[in-house]
Parts: sequence; structure tokens; C-alpha cells
Amino acid sequence: MSVLEIRDLHVSVDAEGGAREILRGVDLTVKSGETHAIMGPNGSGKSTLAYSIAGHPKYTITSGTVTLDGEDVLAMTVDERARAGMFLAMQYPVEVPGVSVSNFLRTSVTAIRGEAPKLRTWVKEMKGAMDALSMDPAFAERNVNEGFSGGEKKRHEILQMELLQPKIAILDETDSGLDVDALKVVSEGVNRVAASGEVGVLLITHYTRILRYIRPDFVHVFVDGRIVAEGGAELADELEAHGYDQYVKAAASA
Amino acid sequence: MTTIADSQVELAAPTGREEAWRFTPLRQLRGIHEQLNDPSQISIDVDAASGVSFTWADTATQAPTSGPTDWASSIARAATTRTAVVTIARDVEVDSPTVLAVTGGGIENPQVGHIVINAEPFSKATIVIDHGGSSTYSENVDINVGDGAQVTVLMVQTWSDDTVHLSRQHAVVGRDATFRSFVASFGGQVVRIVPTVEYTAPGGSAELLGAFFADAGQHLEHRSLVDHSVPHCRSNVMYKGALKGDPEAGAAGVAHTVWVGDVIIRAAAIGTETYEVNRNLVLTDAARADSVPNLEIETGEIAGAGHASATGRFDDEQLFYLQSRGIPADVATRLVVRGFFADVINRLNVPDWQLRLANIIDAELGLEGIEEGSDDE
Ligand SMILES: Nc1ncnc2c1ncn2[C@@H]1O[C@H](COP(=O)(O)OP(=O)(O)O)[C@@H](O)[C@H]1O
Ligand SMILES: [Mg+2]
Repeated sequence: MSVLEIRDLHVSVDAEGGAREILRGVDLTVKSGETHAIMGPNGSGKSTLAYSIAGHPKYTITSGTVTLDGEDVLAMTVDERARAGMFLAMQYPVEVPGVSVSNFLRTSVTAIRGEAPKLRTWVKEMKGAMDALSMDPAFAERNVNEGFSGGEKKRHEILQMELLQPKIAILDETDSGLDVDALKVVSEGVNRVAASGEVGVLLITHYTRILRYIRPDFVHVFVDGRIVAEGGAELADELEAHGYDQYVKAAASA
Repeated sequence: MTTIADSQVELAAPTGREEAWRFTPLRQLRGIHEQLNDPSQISIDVDAASGVSFTWADTATQAPTSGPTDWASSIARAATTRTAVVTIARDVEVDSPTVLAVTGGGIENPQVGHIVINAEPFSKATIVIDHGGSSTYSENVDINVGDGAQVTVLMVQTWSDDTVHLSRQHAVVGRDATFRSFVASFGGQVVRIVPTVEYTAPGGSAELLGAFFADAGQHLEHRSLVDHSVPHCRSNVMYKGALKGDPEAGAAGVAHTVWVGDVIIRAAAIGTETYEVNRNLVLTDAARADSVPNLEIETGEIAGAGHASATGRFDDEQLFYLQSRGIPADVATRLVVRGFFADVINRLNVPDWQLRLANIIDAELGLEGIEEGSDDE
């Protein structure tokens, strides 16, 4: 049983004319076995939240806390956060020329598990995980994210999540740019991980589309750097019908 | 009209104003670009693979140098008395590399050396010229790739920090022959290597590859020249370099690399296919990478010609991505840098030496022997 607790998180970035505050007091608790959806308009700060939790150097935490099972996540290096059990499926995964997917995955699994997996069982494990995501085995020999289509990049992110078995997985717009088939495959991957009951999932999305395949336990509406409304899955249906307008207007007049 | 090739035949010592020398720190060369005072012959130990023959020859009996020569290489050739001659007889194919270990004899008294590689028709071999130690050294290497022969020449520079090394390497590529040069420069204070290629008949193919890693205070310069003067030959030039200066050390901390890739396609060289690329990875401030592709085309009837050059900083987004998968920063840095060099090193196609070059690069990063965990059972 794991708990990620975000308390009154304020984050800014360096912009022209000085620091600009993007997150303005975020409170959120995610426990293993729970699936949370964070929904909000473009530019509301969803990726900023995800990157800040993962430790991207571009973002400065000005106040607030993030803890995983009581441990101070913000005091950890990026790789320590991952080894502590945090995972971020990125909205824009990064190309790493000259590094093959198989070498990358094995190096990463080795770092997370603390020892190198045995070669024979590892190849089987990787092939199995790729197969479950309908990925061609030849994929393993390609360079990380280099020349991948949008859908291939997202499958590759989910593949990593399945192999690394994190405690808390944050998925940043994993649904964007996917056709229906890819969306189903990716959603099945997320549901497999969630079904173990040992992972807390934080699903960041702009659209309600993916919520047809992944049923969230909690929905948070994110506007202008903070959570402005919370509810169950029915809140997503309401957003589907009415959009973000009323929340954006309320935030602007607040 | 002055061609690139003509401009590399020099009749007097360079002053630094010449195009070919404008990047080179002449004052650090200890005079060997001007004159050689009582030089000694460099030490070369040869481990010849079976099937490859080796002899010492009187340099005066060797064929005169063909191809472009600069002043420094001319005076070095004139001062060399013994030539290391490696011969691969006709039709003989040798898998394991023949290694010439060239060891410096100190920086005080300049040294000279001359190596000749004769690959007779339809032979196949790999020759490694492995430079190490302290030296002030001026070198000529002549490579004859007979018709249908396939030759790989790897030159490795793991000199001590105080070494000055000037080297001219010229290959004459025969009909349907394949020549591959790989220049790997890591050590030395100033290293300036000029690999040049000419073709004697159609069907020749040359690949000029290089990997270099300059750190604080080093000047590593590579100037390739491919002279296409006969029809239907191919050339492919790929040099990749990393730079890691010391921003705290002022001018002495600058890592400087130079790549100049000259390709000339003469009027007769119809059907030529050529491509050249240089990429540099800047790991720190205090780094300067000069990169000059230079293509001169005198015929319209070519199969293809292109070049690319790019110098970029180490990408922190790559580091973040790898770290976010639990990979510690040092292992991640090594993965990225190894990945950067992977395509050029994989083309070498001499597995033991590919691994060795990868390990040297790890050592240059200060990251040799760190836990990787990808060791197999
Ligand atoms: N490095 C940066 N410099 C300046 N502004 C930034 C930077 N990164 C993000 N922003 C701004 O922060 C806001 C939130 O961005 P982001 O977190 O990407 O939103 P979302 O993921 O919800 O679309 C946007 O207005 C964006 O322009
Ligand atoms: Mg976003």
C-alpha cells in the first residue's frame, strides 16, 4: 500500500521578465489501487504538475510538499524518484540516438530492480510485454523514440510502465494523438497495471475519450494551476457534455 | 583555377595564414612544421597477423609520395630513413588485425616515421596503427589498395597530454577496391591528421571515419580530402567528436576540435557518389568545434553528393528521460555519449577494437567501470 501526497504545491518557471508561477497550490492524494483523472484545458499546468513531481530541472518548487509513503520526493534526484516507485509516461517522450530500446529497457529495469535480470528470462519478459501491447519484436532494436510514430511513442511509454512496475504512475496525455485501436491497446495496458491493485494511477488528459476505456475512481478538474472541482466518474460525463467553460470563467472571476 | 587539392601542395613552411593551417596552433608545434633538426626514427613494434608480412625498408628505396603533401609531411619524409612496410599478398584474406604499436620517444627531440601498407589485388586485411606515449612526431602513411582489395586502416591516438602529432595518410584506391580509414583521436596536446584518398580506376570505394574526444587544452584536428578524378567511385566521410573543456581554467581549459572535409569531384569523375558528415557533441562550456564541409564539383553528371555538419550541446532532456527511468546520471551520460558515437564506431567492423574505442570514450568521460548491470549471466 503506497500513498502519494501533494500538499499546497507552488511551482514556477523562468520566463522572460522573471519567474512565472504556473502551479498555484495543488493538493492531491493518490493511493495504490486508485485511478485518478486530472482533466483541464490546454495550458492549465497539467504537464507542469507531472514534470515537477518527476523532478524536471526546468521547474522550480517555490513551496509545498510531495511525499511518497512519507518520504520527501522533492529532496530526491530524478533517478531516485524513479527508484522510489514513481513513473511518468511523458506527453513528449525524448529521442535518444544510438541507444536501442532493448539496451535502454534493460538498463532501466536493472536500475529499478537493483540487479540485472537474467538474460534468458529477461528476453522472454520483454517480448511478452511487447506482445501484449501489439508491438513488433523488431521494435526492440530501434533507437529510443527515434522516428517513432506518435502511437509507437505512447506504447513504448506504457511498455516501460508495465516492466518497471511503479507504485505511482503518472500518465501525461498518453491518449493524445492515438487512433481508436492504439487507444484501446494503451488503455488495456493501463488497466492491466491498475488491476493488480498495487499501483496508483494519475491519468492526465484533456479529452474524456480515454475515460471510456479506463474508468477513474476520482476526477479532478484542473484550471489555471490548481484543482477547482472534484468528483467521481460522473464528473467526467458532465465535462464531456458541457466542457471546461464554466470552470474557466469561475477561475477568471475568482 | 585553384582546386582544393592544389592548395595542399606546399612549397614553403606554413605561417598560419594558409587556409590549411589557419586553425592550427603553430606555436605549440615545437617547430616541426618548419624544419626538423636531427630527428630520430620513431619506435614501431609490429605484431603481424599470419598471412601479413612485415619488413623494414630503406625509405630512399620507397616510391615517392603521391597525393597532396604539405610542407611538414615533405620534410618528415625527407628526414625518415627507415620505412615500416606491411604487405598483404595477392588473394590473401586475413581476419585478425595487424597491429603497429607506435611509441613516442619523448617530446625533446622530434621523431619521424613512415609506414607503407601494400594490399595487393584481391587481398583483404585490417591494419591498426596504435599511437601512444610522449612525442613530438611527424608521420607519413602511404596505403596502396590494389584492384579488388579490401583494406581497413585504424589509427588510434591515445598519446600522453604533451604529445604533438602531425600525420598525413594517403590512400591510392584501385579498381573495385574498398578502403576504410578510421581515425580515433583521444590523447595529445596537438594532433593534426590529414587523411587523403585518390582513385586510380572506376569502382573504388572509400570510407573515411573518425571519432575524437577533446578535453581541456587539447587541439584535435582532422582534415580529410577525397579526390574523385575517375568515374564511378564512391566516398563516404563520417567524423564524430565530443568536447569536454574546463570552464574554470581560462584559455588553457578550452577543448578545440577541427574537422575540415574536402571533397573534389573532377570533370572526368562522372557517376561519383559522395556524402560527408561531421557531428560534434559539446559536453561543457570552454569548447570550440570548427566544422567545415567543402564540396567542389566540376561535373554535372554525378550520382549524388551531399554533406552535413552539426554541433550541438549535450541534451539535458535526454538525461532527464533516462534518469526518470531510474538510471543514475553517470550511467545515463555514458549511454547518451556511447549512443552518439555508436553509428560511426559500428561501421569500423573490427569488434575487439570497437569495444576498445568505446572503453576509451568511457575513460575520457571519467566513467569507466561504473555499474551498468547489463553484464550477462
Ligand atoms: N519553460 C516555460 N517557460 C514559460 N512558460 C512555460 C514553460 N513551461 C510551461 N509554461 C507555461 O505554463 C503553462 C502550463 O503549461 P503546461 O503545464 O504544459 O500545461 P498543460 O499540460 O496543462 O497544457 C502554459 O501557459 C505554458 O505556456
Ligand atoms: Mg501538457
